[in-house]
Amino acid sequence: MNTQSPMEERLWDYIDGLGSPAERSAIEALIAENREWQEKYRELLNVHQLLNTSEMEAPSMRFTKNVMEEISRYHVAPATKTYINKNIIRSIGAFFLAMITGLLAFVFSQLKWSGANSGAASPYNKFVDSASSLGAEKLGWLKTFNSTWTIAFMLVVIVLGWVMLDMYLTQKKERAGTQA
Amino acid sequence: MHTELTDTEIIKRILQGEQAIFAILVERYQQYVFTLVLRFTDSREDAEEISQDIFVKAYRSLADFRGESKFSTWLYTIVRTSCITFLRKKRLDTTSIDNERTFLQLENKESTFNSNVIEQKSRHAMVNEAIRLLSPDDSQVITLFYKGEQTLDEIGRIMGLEPNTVKVKLHRARNRLKEKMEKHFSYEVRELFTPDGYG
Repeated sequence: MNTQSPMEERLWDYIDGLGSPAERSAIEALIAENREWQEKYRELLNVHQLLNTSEMEAPSMRFTKNVMEEISRYHVAPATKTYINKNIIRSIGAFFLAMITGLLAFVFSQLKWSGANSGAASPYNKFVDSASSLGAEKLGWLKTFNSTWTIAFMLVVIVLGWVMLDMYLTQKKERAGTQA
Repeated sequence: MHTELTDTEIIKRILQGEQAIFAILVERYQQYVFTLVLRFTDSREDAEEISQDIFVKAYRSLADFRGESKFSTWLYTIVRTSCITFLRKKRLDTTSIDNERTFLQLENKESTFNSNVIEQKSRHAMVNEAIRLLSPDDSQVITLFYKGEQTLDEIGRIMGLEPNTVKVKLHRARNRLKEKMEKHFSYEVRELFTPDGYG
């Protein structure tokens, strides 16, 4: 039973014309010598031939005429790329990137990396201390930055940034692969 | 004469203003589109209406076809979105075609099957009926591979999957199809799959 699935998989690959020449020769030999493989091959080949020769469903005789009547009322719309200004999309992207970068730059610039005498152990506490010394409490925004949710939100933003970058690079790679 | 034109040539001429030549594309792909749409809906009337709508949409957005893929591949993306929109509009107890509930609805069709009627149908009708019993995903992958003549790479691109995943999906779909045929069309299958039965 355990061998059933790999056997079928290998036979389907063989029927579909996939696999290396060496693999195909190995399967040919198995089909020729092994009765179990022979039977399974015949069974799968029947399904394959059945699917290959089966007819597609046809719509009514008037179908083409109906479509042509319908499209006579329309014109081909201009290509999307002609009316979507890529500069606008790039500007929106740049705005959000600048926001994230600016925020991160500000946060890191406020950290006292060498402040060993502050008694605060973690970088976060150092940040809070240094922010307090700047009079941030008076501004009230420190309360916001104290919130776990805010920190979680910032982390999500950073992770999303990485995901988007990854998607962009993957698309670029795929496009390069298609052109090649 | 027109039928010898390639899809790209036809599209180029339509974009230059020859609207009538679109009929060649409709003739060429109507069965492909109609068959795919019938994988989403039982009603032939609905399928015909959706297919018509698909060709109108394809015509209107023809300028967006860049020729980077086959026309059939591009057309399939319209088929898929149109069918999903149709299913949502119809409120078929689901919000996604991949939803398990849709699959269950399709599964339920099995109970209403009249085997006596099926026995009289041709081999092709049997295959089409068996394909309809599969989940939309399974029937789509089979239709695209066998009827759309799409490669695993192309199917992967339009379904947003890796070619290897498509290969596995195709293997499983064919196995499920075989199971459905054995279950619902045992008589025909016995005739077909016995050593002297085929042909």
